[in-house]
Amino acid sequence: MKNFRYLENVATVQLDQATCIGCGRCIEVCPHQVFVPEGKKVMFADRDACMECGACALNCPVKAISVDAGVGCASGMINEWLQAHNLGGTGGGSCCS
Amino acid sequence: MPCISTKLGFGDHLGACKARWGFGRMDFIIPPGLYAIGHPMATDPVLVTANYKMSYDLVRKSLDGRNIWLLVLETNGINVWCAAGKGTFGTGELVRRIEATGLSGIVSHCQLILPILGAPGISAHEVAQRSGFRVIYAAIRAADLPEYLDNGLVVTPEMRQLTFTFYERLVLIPVEIVLALKSAIIIVAAVLLLLTALGNLTAGIAGFCAYLGACFSGLVLGPLLLPWLPGRSFAGKGAIVGLIWSTIFYFLADGSGWNGPVTAALFLALPAVSAFYTLNFTGCTPYTSRSGVKKEMHIALPTMGVALTISFILLLAGRYLI
Repeated sequence: MKNFRYLENVATVQLDQATCIGCGRCIEVCPHQVFVPEGKKVMFADRDACMECGACALNCPVKAISVDAGVGCASGMINEWLQAHNLGGTGGGSCCS
Repeated sequence: MPCISTKLGFGDHLGACKARWGFGRMDFIIPPGLYAIGHPMATDPVLVTANYKMSYDLVRKSLDGRNIWLLVLETNGINVWCAAGKGTFGTGELVRRIEATGLSGIVSHCQLILPILGAPGISAHEVAQRSGFRVIYAAIRAADLPEYLDNGLVVTPEMRQLTFTFYERLVLIPVEIVLALKSAIIIVAAVLLLLTALGNLTAGIAGFCAYLGACFSGLVLGPLLLPWLPGRSFAGKGAIVGLIWSTIFYFLADGSGWNGPVTAALFLALPAVSAFYTLNFTGCTPYTSRSGVKKEMHIALPTMGVALTISFILLLAGRYLI
């Protein structure tokens, strides 16, 4: 993504190259071009660009990718925390609702 | 089978405008189901979208002059991207909607075209196993659909490239302001009363304006200036616009007459307020990760709390000790 970059060294996405069958689904669904083909497999091109949407892991037919997926939304996470501690919160537990 | 137009009318634009400002946003929906655009045949493509009317309007508008099926999923009025994150634009709903609409009896192929930003909720191989339909992911933006369809369903690198232009950020701000107002009104009233009690009504009104300006800086300026503000942390970017606002306010309100602690309190509290609101904008962007926001919050929220506490102590000191 041009002109925008978030924090480095926090991404939780993991790729198990031994399991990868190189179908390329992850490349197709990633909006941040985190993966590139490497022979008959894929490899990370830009792991720090990952926004942890989870599309790659969900669409990997052999479960070669894992990621702690979720929405990177501060107000949603504050709401989640408030609800978990029974302190109220605006309901819904995340954004866009 | 409802046959729908590709032309948006005044009501559609008005509805979109109201939704952008948070009015009737959750009612801006259309019934889920299968819709026909033009006069589609059994061989024509099937596109899938959410039942947030703004998403549906953008998709049908881009399909002018074509014969296409549009399968609308029940996402409770949430757009594709957010609904995919929640799982409502998801495998289960897609499979259910294929069955409920009897799609396999209407089209002669087994192919569904989905937006790339719907992929966080959809497991393509599971959809294939459960419904027999093959999922292919098209472009990110509805505006790219004509080119995608004309080019034999080829996704170009540009169609995969996310953008977050000035205009794309601008249209997200109104609803953020409306949502923030609810809590801001209470705090602003508290600031007004507190400063009036500590000093006088003039001080109260000055504090009221200073706080509102800090909210505005964090809610509007932070997001608009996002790519040009230094650093990567949203709270950091918000603190910078807050600092700029503090400086402007200092000169507007003739801060040369204030004592040291009050001046310091202003320069501590206002950036903390702006930082909070710009940090909240992380939920609107298409590039912030959950881990990143978590890390940022662990540092930023306590820092804001400390800054506000010190600011309050300084105000008291400025009032009673000097």
